[in-house]
Amino acid sequence: MEKIVLPDIKDLHLIDVYIKNNGFNAVKKALLQKPDDIIDQVKRSGLRGRGGAAFSTGLKWSFMPKTTDKPKYLCVNGDESEPGSFKDRQIFEYNPHQLIEGILITCYAIGAKTAYVYIRGEYHKWIKLFQKALDDAYSQGYVGKGMKTKFQTDFFCDIYVHKGAGAYICGEESSLMNSLEGKRGYPRVKPPFPAQFGLWGCPTTINNVETITNVPAIINNGWEWFSKIGEPKHPGTILYGISGHVNKPGVYELPSGMLLTDLIYNYAGGVPGNKKILCVIPGGSSMPPLRGDKIEGVKMDAESLKAVGTSIGTGGIIVMDEDTDLVKVLARIAKFYYHESCGQCTPCREGTGWMLKILNRILNNEGSSKDLDLLISVASNIEGNTICALGEAAAWPVKFMVQRFRDYFEKRVSPEVLIPVANKVHSMRHTAFPIADIKE
Amino acid sequence: MTNFKFTEENLKKIDEIIKKYPVKRPAVMPVLYIAQEQNGWISQEVMLEVAKILDMHPEEVLGIVTFYTMYYQKPMGKYHIQVCTNVSCMLRGAYEIYDRVKDKLGIGNMQVTGDKIFSLEEVECMGSCGTAPMIAVNEDYYENLSKEKVEEILESLKKS
Ligand SMILES: Cc1cc2nc3c(=O)[nH]c(=O)nc-3n(C[C@H](O)[C@H](O)[C@H](O)COP(=O)(O)O)c2cc1C
Ligand code: SF4
Ligand code: FES
Repeated sequence: MEKIVLPDIKDLHLIDVYIKNNGFNAVKKALLQKPDDIIDQVKRSGLRGRGGAAFSTGLKWSFMPKTTDKPKYLCVNGDESEPGSFKDRQIFEYNPHQLIEGILITCYAIGAKTAYVYIRGEYHKWIKLFQKALDDAYSQGYVGKGMKTKFQTDFFCDIYVHKGAGAYICGEESSLMNSLEGKRGYPRVKPPFPAQFGLWGCPTTINNVETITNVPAIINNGWEWFSKIGEPKHPGTILYGISGHVNKPGVYELPSGMLLTDLIYNYAGGVPGNKKILCVIPGGSSMPPLRGDKIEGVKMDAESLKAVGTSIGTGGIIVMDEDTDLVKVLARIAKFYYHESCGQCTPCREGTGWMLKILNRILNNEGSSKDLDLLISVASNIEGNTICALGEAAAWPVKFMVQRFRDYFEKRVSPEVLIPVANKVHSMRHTAFPIADIKE
Repeated sequence: MTNFKFTEENLKKIDEIIKKYPVKRPAVMPVLYIAQEQNGWISQEVMLEVAKILDMHPEEVLGIVTFYTMYYQKPMGKYHIQVCTNVSCMLRGAYEIYDRVKDKLGIGNMQVTGDKIFSLEEVECMGSCGTAPMIAVNEDYYENLSKEKVEEILESLKKS
């Protein structure tokens, strides 16, 4: 199978090697066509976002207003902070020029003159690697004003790197834009969507790093070629990241719609000690977990996963063997979302903390069977009641883990309700002490 | 209060950074990074100076510093040890590593050793899930670790 995003070419990260391998020919080709034709090709190719929501890329681009007196922007999302995801860093390291070329084509298609690549702050090394590639591309005239002479056109655009500083929420598109504007990374209420009101209130498109890196290949080989790779409704290759209890964890670029079992057993080398699989999270920690005894025949693409009650997310597959303590895993996941909630919405700010508290109680063998329904109730009250999808990201793992592993969780709680200390209540009538004992 | 001033060289860098954006404010994150590199951490004086340079209110700068975990509000060790304990790392023994580091350094989360050589932070997923477990020392990642390897890393840092 031919690889699109991470081809096996030695030293492809070097600009000379990239150029020798057909590099920057797609942007040359694109610049000879009308922007709308580029959008049309990407739409027909069936390319869907690789950042989590699997939204049609061409359709997203077509939302950008054609006539506006404001500047337009492209944001490239390299925040990559979803636990279980480690694919975009491979692109920064091994194929940065294809990402750059993809950015140029995207900017041309949507009419943007400036692109910001937002990279998580912890990726110091990959920021340097990408910046080096960008500097080389600039100095050879492939980016910036030099494009005018290089490609004999009027079009040019600038690409800047913006470094994050440790906040998962900044991967959410509107939070990322606020962060880029030099503000706290608070997600914005939508609508208006970024295409109407994005960076500095200007029309903005935001795409994931992997999404954009696919674009040059579509222009070079045609949308028909791309649309025939993998699953027709979610075509192309996917950078599957496999981690946890497997013998060969790592990133595997393969067509969409691979069998989950094929990825785990044939590519990632199976489970150490040939143990059984208890649980698999298919798309990064915020996606609904699947039972190990229900993964037979499950295909990895947006539609197939939706059919079994989960989601492709970032394609980060986390495998847990039969000896895993699921309560511990879920408590750790809950802790993450509690830590990362930006605190704007009450259900998310408070609910993430409550879920963690309840799970820690169960972990300490102090949970009651009522706690399981309580967890589902708290999760369900976060879901759908928040500004951004971090609410769902926090609620889904809890809700679906408890629902799908009810038998497992029942064994960890006791039917009695243990209340080691009196519940703290605000009304005097409900205190556990005689009123006379409470003195100022 | 001792004033904080950027070096000439850093002021030039800041000028370059501001040019990347249509307005000044977006430079606040990169400028805070530069300040942290120069000063070691983000003090009150640093925030006042950053606010002045970028025409921001000092409280807006404070808002940024408190939102993002990579800006330190107190001096950290010469080697800031970050241990990821998120799911993929946890499944491969991250908590054993975290406990070993804690024992070895004798400090807890966000604390600094008496000699100011080490500080410790339990961090969220660093994007090394496929090469778990991992730690980062300042800006460098160390991946595919075992308790023994981590101990070796700490020993060699101590000597350097
Ligand atoms: C809490 C949260 C975190 C997210 N983190 C990321 C991220 O790190 N990288 C990313 O590309 N998309 C992330 N997304 C999705 C983005 O909001 C957005 O949908 C995506 O970048 C669009 O690009 P695409 O259409 O190419 O997938 C996140 C979404 C949410 C709700
Ligand atoms: S859902 Fe959570 S993270 Fe998203 S805006 Fe609300 S509080 Fe912030
Ligand atoms: S879970 Fe530790 S690096 Fe991702």
